[in-house]
Amino acid sequence: MNSACENPLLKVEGLTKWYGRRLGCRDVGFDLYEGEVMAVVGESGSGKTTLLQLLSGQMEPSGGCVLYRLRGGSEADVWRMSEPMRRFLFRTDWGYVHQDAQLGLRMGISAGGNVGERLMAVGWRNYGAIRQSAVDWLARVEIDRDRIDDPPRTYSGGMRQRLQIARNLVTAPRLIFMDEPTGGLDVSVQARLLDLLRRLVADLNLAAILVTHDLAVARLLSNRIMVMKAGEVVETGLTDQVLDDPREPYSQLLVSSILPA
Amino acid sequence: MTAPVYNFAYLDEQTKRMIRRAILKAIAIPGYQVPFASREMPMPYGWGTGGVQVTASILGPDDILKVIDQGSDDTTNAVSIRKFFSRTAGVRTTTSTQEATVIQTRHRIPETPLTEQQVLVYQVPIPEPLRFLEPRETETRRMHALSEYGLMHVKLYEDIARHGHIATTYAYPVKVAERYVMDPSPIPKFDNPKLSDCPALQLFGAGREKRIYAIPPYTRVASLDFEDHPFEPYRHEAQCELCGAADSYLDEVITDDAGNRMFVCSDTDYCETRRAAGEGGRKAAAAMERAP
Repeated sequence: MNSACENPLLKVEGLTKWYGRRLGCRDVGFDLYEGEVMAVVGESGSGKTTLLQLLSGQMEPSGGCVLYRLRGGSEADVWRMSEPMRRFLFRTDWGYVHQDAQLGLRMGISAGGNVGERLMAVGWRNYGAIRQSAVDWLARVEIDRDRIDDPPRTYSGGMRQRLQIARNLVTAPRLIFMDEPTGGLDVSVQARLLDLLRRLVADLNLAAILVTHDLAVARLLSNRIMVMKAGEVVETGLTDQVLDDPREPYSQLLVSSILPA
Repeated sequence: MTAPVYNFAYLDEQTKRMIRRAILKAIAIPGYQVPFASREMPMPYGWGTGGVQVTASILGPDDILKVIDQGSDDTTNAVSIRKFFSRTAGVRTTTSTQEATVIQTRHRIPETPLTEQQVLVYQVPIPEPLRFLEPRETETRRMHALSEYGLMHVKLYEDIARHGHIATTYAYPVKVAERYVMDPSPIPKFDNPKLSDCPALQLFGAGREKRIYAIPPYTRVASLDFEDHPFEPYRHEAQCELCGAADSYLDEVITDDAGNRMFVCSDTDYCETRRAAGEGGRKAAAAMERAP
């Protein structure tokens, strides 16, 4: 393909966050390429969500930098760029799927409005086009067309999560952050959502950072895995390699704690 | 220290200076909501405490004041505010739009075109157009600062999705001088085109919310819309039954409990001027007889 693919989309170096004297995460570094899905796993409190917020420009790091390759090809430090620029990136080139769909959706506004909001924010002013785009995206995330004017309040948990994904993907982002996208859903709904996510990620050549404590989700979706413990990265590698042959004692513990099916 | 004496136009001079500074800033940045230290006024919130403070600070002894409430000069609100200023400032008051130099208004713009010699002061209940879409004040201020106004269109999208057309009929959001999105106060959207390129200075005061904003004379004010659902002012398809006007904003008046109703001009001064000039509608003769 083109030369752009040789450079990483996201370059992270020495990322550190202190909450006062408490550690959020320390010295995290990695590269992420286009079309690559990386899972961040670890127990609760290990700094996964902190890391995600630092990466997505929602929380300022205490140290280190996040370099993002813009569509033009130039690299920009997420925390050096201006706030309008950062917010613009966040609603066009990036997506953020919250664990709790209520945080990522406007609950009082119809599903179509939720999907269309990002388009209107980047200057779409044709109702018909916005509407058509919303219809297409709802179909892609398997939501019935006749639910388009219902507010997400009336949706089930799984539907809300799928709507949230549609809302994020409508501007064709290149990088998507997912914070426990399947948390709180029952197993069959989880399976369906994972299936959908895997297809979308492959179809759109998305890069994704997936925070999860569920190793099964990581195995299904991700190419690479990063194991975190107490704010630090203990092991990184290809998903199959880490899950089948964990090197560090903590990773071994994590993998062995999965109940046999 | 003798008996309490009011300063000219009720407010003390320091307060007026503070409000005038806010007004100047508002004029310098059209459509931007300037915070100001709103005072308690001798009237309840929602009755025009913001408008009254703005009027009090711009009023001079030679001014002629007109106050309207939904276009009408003779409702409680309008009469009380007119009385308030004729007592505390001793200024001349009028009901004629042409004669007035300062017009304080609640929810209408007069039909008679305004001139460069006039100032229109609006009473504003909620100055923030994004308020019902984004409840956080910190966030709405940031959105104004970065002119992130996509959300405003979400509201219009919802209207079309639900009703098939933009069903917002009053407080229709506008963009001032291609920068700030502004709530024009709850005027009917019929009046929105009059905001743009108006020769008169337009000032907006929100007392409870402590904000002042302005549209300087001859400023472009555009009503937000979609390409395929353009902005359309709304008007009842009827003529005023008193003066026969076919171009003014009409009120629907229910006349009995048998379903009878009539449409009359909401701007009473406009209607009366037309009738004095000999224009007449269907009910004009009958109404004249009923008048005391």
